This record gives sequence, C-alpha cells and structure tokens, in this order.
Amino acid sequence: MVDVLVIGGGNAALCAALMAREAGASVQMLESSPREWRGGNSPHTRNIRCMHDAPQDVLVDAYTEEEYWQDLLQVTGGLTNEHLARIAIRASSTCRPWMVKHGVRFQPPLSGTLHVARTNAFFMGGGKALVNAYYRSAEHLGVQVRYDTPVDSLELKGGKFIAAYSGDRRFEAKACVVASGGFESNREWLREAWGQVDGAWVADNFLIRGTRFNMGVLIKYLMDQGADMISDPLQAHMVAIDARAPLYDGGICTRIDCVSLGIVVNAKAERFYDEGEDFWPKRYAIWGRLVAQQPQQIAYSIIDAKSVGRFMPPVFPGVRADTLAELATATGLDAAVFERTVAAFNVACRPGTFDHTIFDDCCTDGLAPAKTHWARPIDTPPYYSYAVRPGVTFTYLGVKTDETSAVFFNGAASPNLFAAGETMAGNVLGKGYTAGVGMAIGTAFGRIAGTQAVRVALGASAAGTFARGAEHVAA
Amino acid sequence: MSPREPIMMLLSPAEGEVARQMEICNACRYCEGFCAVFPAMTRRLDFVKADVNYLANLCHNCGACYHACQYAPPHEFAVNVPKAMAMVRRETYVEYAWPAAFGGLYKRNGTTLAVALAAGLALLLLLAVLTTGSLVREPLAGNFYAVFPHNLMASMFGAVFAFAVVALGIGVTRFWRDVSPGEITAVATAEATKNVLALRYLGGGHGDGCNEADDAFTLARRRFHHLTFYGFMLCFASTCVATLYHYLLGLHAPYALTSLPVVLGTFGGIGLIVGPAGLLWLNVQRDPAAGDVAQRPMDRGFIALLLLVSITGIGLLAWRDSGTMPILLAVHLGVVMALFATLPYGKFAHGIFRSAALLKWSIEKRLPDRLKLGSD
Repeated sequence: MVDVLVIGGGNAALCAALMAREAGASVQMLESSPREWRGGNSPHTRNIRCMHDAPQDVLVDAYTEEEYWQDLLQVTGGLTNEHLARIAIRASSTCRPWMVKHGVRFQPPLSGTLHVARTNAFFMGGGKALVNAYYRSAEHLGVQVRYDTPVDSLELKGGKFIAAYSGDRRFEAKACVVASGGFESNREWLREAWGQVDGAWVADNFLIRGTRFNMGVLIKYLMDQGADMISDPLQAHMVAIDARAPLYDGGICTRIDCVSLGIVVNAKAERFYDEGEDFWPKRYAIWGRLVAQQPQQIAYSIIDAKSVGRFMPPVFPGVRADTLAELATATGLDAAVFERTVAAFNVACRPGTFDHTIFDDCCTDGLAPAKTHWARPIDTPPYYSYAVRPGVTFTYLGVKTDETSAVFFNGAASPNLFAAGETMAGNVLGKGYTAGVGMAIGTAFGRIAGTQAVRVALGASAAGTFARGAEHVAA
Repeated sequence: MSPREPIMMLLSPAEGEVARQMEICNACRYCEGFCAVFPAMTRRLDFVKADVNYLANLCHNCGACYHACQYAPPHEFAVNVPKAMAMVRRETYVEYAWPAAFGGLYKRNGTTLAVALAAGLALLLLLAVLTTGSLVREPLAGNFYAVFPHNLMASMFGAVFAFAVVALGIGVTRFWRDVSPGEITAVATAEATKNVLALRYLGGGHGDGCNEADDAFTLARRRFHHLTFYGFMLCFASTCVATLYHYLLGLHAPYALTSLPVVLGTFGGIGLIVGPAGLLWLNVQRDPAAGDVAQRPMDRGFIALLLLVSITGIGLLAWRDSGTMPILLAVHLGVVMALFATLPYGKFAHGIFRSAALLKWSIEKRLPDRLKLGSD
C-alpha cells in the first residue's frame, strides 16, 4: 500500500504528488489518459496569475493581494470563498521558486498579451512544457505514474478513503488526493445541465477547448456518496471560439480575438451585446456564455479591412467578401437584415479617435445594444466574418472544501480524502474567469492537498514537514 | 475556399506544410521564448515561399517546441515544427545549390559522400604511387613533401576549397536576396555573429539546452557542436599557420610536436574526434519524431567524414616517422579532399544558410513591426 494516492494527472495532481513525495511519502499517480494526452487541461494553459508587491523576474510593477482579490471578486460577482481565495492569492506570490525547482521555466509575456504582463507569469513553452517538467521531476523523485488508469469509484468508510478502483484494479493508500478535473468532456452531463431550447440540446453546439478525459466520474461519484458540493453544473469557463475548432483540445489557437474591433451578430443577423464593453482580455471569458444564449448557439464576429493585422491571427481564415451582402450570403445570414444591422451600427458610430490600446471615445449613439468603445463603421472592404461557438474550458461544479482542501461529507471533513484543481476550483471561482487564476488555484491547493495527505499518511513524524509545507503556502 | 490558396499553390508540399503549421503557431505562440523562429513568425500573417525558407533555416532543430506542443500528434492539427522545418531546409539547400544541377546531390547524400570518399582516396593513393613509385618505403622522417610536393598539395586543395567557397557563396547570396532582408548594420552583424559562434539557440531559450531522446533538456548537443566547430577551426588555423610558415618564414615541414601548427592541429583533431563522436551518439539517440529521419544519412555521413578526417590526421601525426606514412598521408588527404569537395553539397551547408537566416533575424527584429497585435 502506498502512502498517498493521487487521482489525476494535471497541474494540481502533479503539485500534490510532488509535495507528498518531497515530504517522504510513497506516491502513486493514476492518470486516466494515455501518456500522449496526459495532463488534463494543463497542456493548454500558458500562465499563472501571481500576486507580487514588487517586480519579480518576469513580472513587472506590482500586483497586490488586495487588487488580485478585487479582480476575483469582480469576475465572480461575489461567488467566491474569500478565505480560500486569499490562500490561493498569497500562495501565488511564493510558489514560483518551487515550480522552477521542478523544472518549470518562466518567460516574459508573449506578444499580444501586454494586458496581463503585470499580473501573469508565462510558462516558457506553455502548459505542456510545465506538465512535462513536473512529470520528469516526479519520475526522477520516484513517484509511480500509471497512465490509462481512469478511476471509476472509491471505497469509502464513513468519509474515510480506503481504496480507489479502476475497473477491477484496486489501489489502496493511506491518503488520497482527487485532482481529476471537472466534467467538461462529458457531453451527456452537459446536455442534461443545459437542457433543450426549441427541441434541440443546447450543449450539442458546444465545443470543448481542452481534454476529452475530464468525464467528471469522481465528481459524480462523490456527489452520490453525499459529499458537500459547490457551484452548479451550468457554471464554467466558456469562451467564444471558432466554430470550426475540433470537438476537443482546440486550446488557445481557436479563439477569435476581433470581437472588440467589429460587431458580433447572431443567426438572425442582429447584434446582441456591447462588443466594446472592456478590453478583450477582460471580456473573452463572457462571450462563450453570451453565444450559448443565442439561437442555435452560434454568432458571427464581423470586421472590415481596417482591423486586419490588429488582432491575434485566428487559426482558420475568415469568410471574406467585397460587399456586405456577399459576406452575409457566404456566411449563411439573411443579407437584407445583415445590411440593415450594419447600416444602423455605422450610422450610430460617433466620430472619435480610434485607439485600441485605451478606452477610446469611439462609441455608438442611440443604438441598442450600444458599442461603448472602439466603434468604427464597418465600411472598408474586404469584409470578414468568423463563426463562433461556445467553447467550454472547464466546469466549476465540484466538491466543497476548506483551507486543508479536505473533502466534506455532511459538514464533516474527511480525515484522509482531499481535492485539488478543477475538482474544487468552484470554491474560489463560483462563476466568471480571469486569465491564469485556474493555475493559481490548482497550484496552491494541489500543494496544500499533497502536504495534508502526507501529514495524514505519515502521521506525527511528518508534522514538521507539514508545518514547512503550510508555511510555503501561507507565506 | 481560403484566400490564401493562390499563395499556397506556389509552395512545394513541404513549404505548404510549414505555412499550414505556422498559421496554427501564429494563433498560439506559446513557444515564443524558445528561439528566433516564433518571434520572426509573429511579424507575419501570411507565409510565402521566401518566409518559409527563411524560418526553416532559422530553426536549429532543437526539438523544444515539438515536446511543448499541445497540437503535436496525435492531435489532429499534427503540428511538428522541427520536422516540417527540416524538410524545407533540405529543399533550400537543393534549390539554392550552385551549379543548380548539383542540387540533387543533397537528395542522395549518402551516395554522394561515398563516391566522393572513394574518389578522393583513389586519387590521392594513385598520386602517391605516381610521385613516389611505391606506397611502402623507408621512413621519411615525417617529410610529407617527399610524397606530395608542397605546390601540388597547395594547388589541388586550394582549388577545391576555393570552389566550395564560391559555390556556397553563390547559393547563400541567392538565398539572401530572396528573403529580402533590410540593411545590414554593425549591431545586427555583431549580434548574429555571437548567436552563431555561441550556438545561442541550442540553449532552448532558458539556457537548459535542447531535446534529444525525450522532453528532457541537455546542453550536450551545443557542447559537442562547439568541439566539432572549434576543432575544425583549429585544424584550419593549423593549416593556415603552416602555409604562412612555409611561404613567409621559409620554415618547412615537418614541424616539431611543440610547434604552433602541430599544437593547433592536435587540439583541433581531438575536438574533431570527440565532437563528431558525441554528435553521432546524440543523432542515434534522438527522438525520430522530432526531425526528418530521411536526412539522417546526410547528417551521419558528414559526421563520419569529419571523424575520418580527424582520426586519419591524428594517425598520421602519430606514425609520420614510420614507413606507412605515405599510405596514411594519402588516406588522410583523400578524406580531406572528399570533405572539401562535398562542402557545398552536404550537411555543412546548414551552417552557411543558418548564419544568413540569423543575420536576417538580427536585422529584422530591429525594424518596426508593421502589425499592431500588441495592443491587446
């Protein structure tokens, strides 16, 4: 029997496994995917949002705990646990040397990401490089990694973890960390959660930006076993992505970044939301949900020649036409309605000085919904359209936890079952999203869960180690 | 369907594949910190033939982006930048070869090197027999000129080497014009020279090195390449110094073991044994997925030729006073002849084209970026 069993294979699972192994525990990791798909959604990440009171290597200026907390409060609309959120925020200011020790390398912000240069530390090579580094370190330290091992149930005794099952294989351990992701890959569950509109399943038009292996099996299992839950199945990080993106693992490159430069219309060729409400990096995460609420869960981002070269290039070329009517036809929209929509928008655009780097004074007048910044008439051919669909990054429904990241049953903490990563991120992130916060939560609570699991597994002898681990996290 | 199609049609299949992958990479950019390829890519929205060949030669085949790629196979996007770039690089060498008819030698490089080696050995052994009457004779106390008169050697090797310089020079000049760089400045030249001499981009951006068998980083390739390159340069310096001794100072070989030409040649020879041996070892180990395995005969053939040059050179030094010296000398010079003759038609070309690409990058990065993507 191993000391600590970690279920999952992404960032949080790896953080837990590494912390537990460093503290002297024998550790086994069960990753549901084959080796080439390992890491859950982590290979698609690219940075971690980090608190810092002064410039730190790749991070410029300062990003205080209070500012971080206010950002989180704003995006979640208050659906967050302040105590846990502040633990994650503080941990983000001290975790990077540990990450570097395990092979993660940081780089200055990527081109086109100036808005997060102050707040987010970028992984050199992105999340897959981070995942590779952690696996190398884990294997070097002697963590036993098993791929192709999806856990389908647990053996629990009054809230105490006894063993995990993958088919008829049984894995016993003194303590267990569940870090096996959300349920975003589970199409059936998404269908059930989002229901039907006009006789069609809403979620059938969703694309999954990340892994195909996050089936939410353990979330469902723990829910059925009476674990206390957090958030709800409708909450998720959802981005509007290219409708031609693959069903799974489209990742970063399928995003469409020209929304704030032009207009967005739905299948009826009508606008439905202020495209210029805020800088795109602060708004991209709401557009998935906005599109999900439109007919047939599809929308079209429209730009003209003025915007070409001003946004991150999309992975697929847009539909291109020399007139608005041709663009509508090629896009599959009613040309007459589309032309009316664009004409109404163009007329409403107030003269101003366009500047995409600031909140400029280019806005519409007397138009509903308004476009409050960066509004310029769509009048310079060629015109382009990009069809977008909701792209689910990860779901927030998970197990309720506390600062020890313990799983709770009817208000009582399990003595040896802990949760980390997407499986519990909903505690901090009840809704909304801001770049790099998923990795901040995963890293903080992954490390806490690993430390707590060691404390349980090795008993009092590891108390000193625990104190050190806790200090890491809380400092 | 795609407005990019007319451009794509002008590209070869290998170039089209790079263009396809670059459009994916350009929408991702996670690898921007590894090397110069990705920052150069972000200055473009379309990838025409010249851009593709430029980027391909900027790529050092370090493998970092392949292992870090969320879109690498089995992902349906099947992004494998090192492999795609390697395949275009060989096309670059073929297309820019001078004379053009010799470009095909890159495609059958194993045969090319084997024939060159056989011809070089045959020529020099034959010459030795013609000049001395026999390959085996009483020791000549290291007097190579008793076997091959100095002027004969100097003119033969000088001519072949000059041809190699001209052929590579014409090829790289054409390449340079096609990639339409800006004006060459001193600061860009200094930076590019440093990047070439230090092999900066075998460091992986973070300085931990590049990938060989797996996703772990190692500086082994940079170090073995340094030994090879600087070993080669020391050997070259040894030859140059000896030439100066001969013509300017009237000092004639054989030189003492402690003389400058022999010391330079010895250290160079050792570097040229350890370096290529290490590179060969790494080449055998390297993950076959991260690169173009079809080019391994070219890679290994060149490495083997370098090894033969150094081993026969050291052997010649060791037994220069013995009766087998004429054979050793003819074999060593035959190998050197094969190496010189194939410099413009083998792996050696990578250094020339890559240096040109690095210089273009050092120029280009100092020019204003016409794209305004940074605003977000």
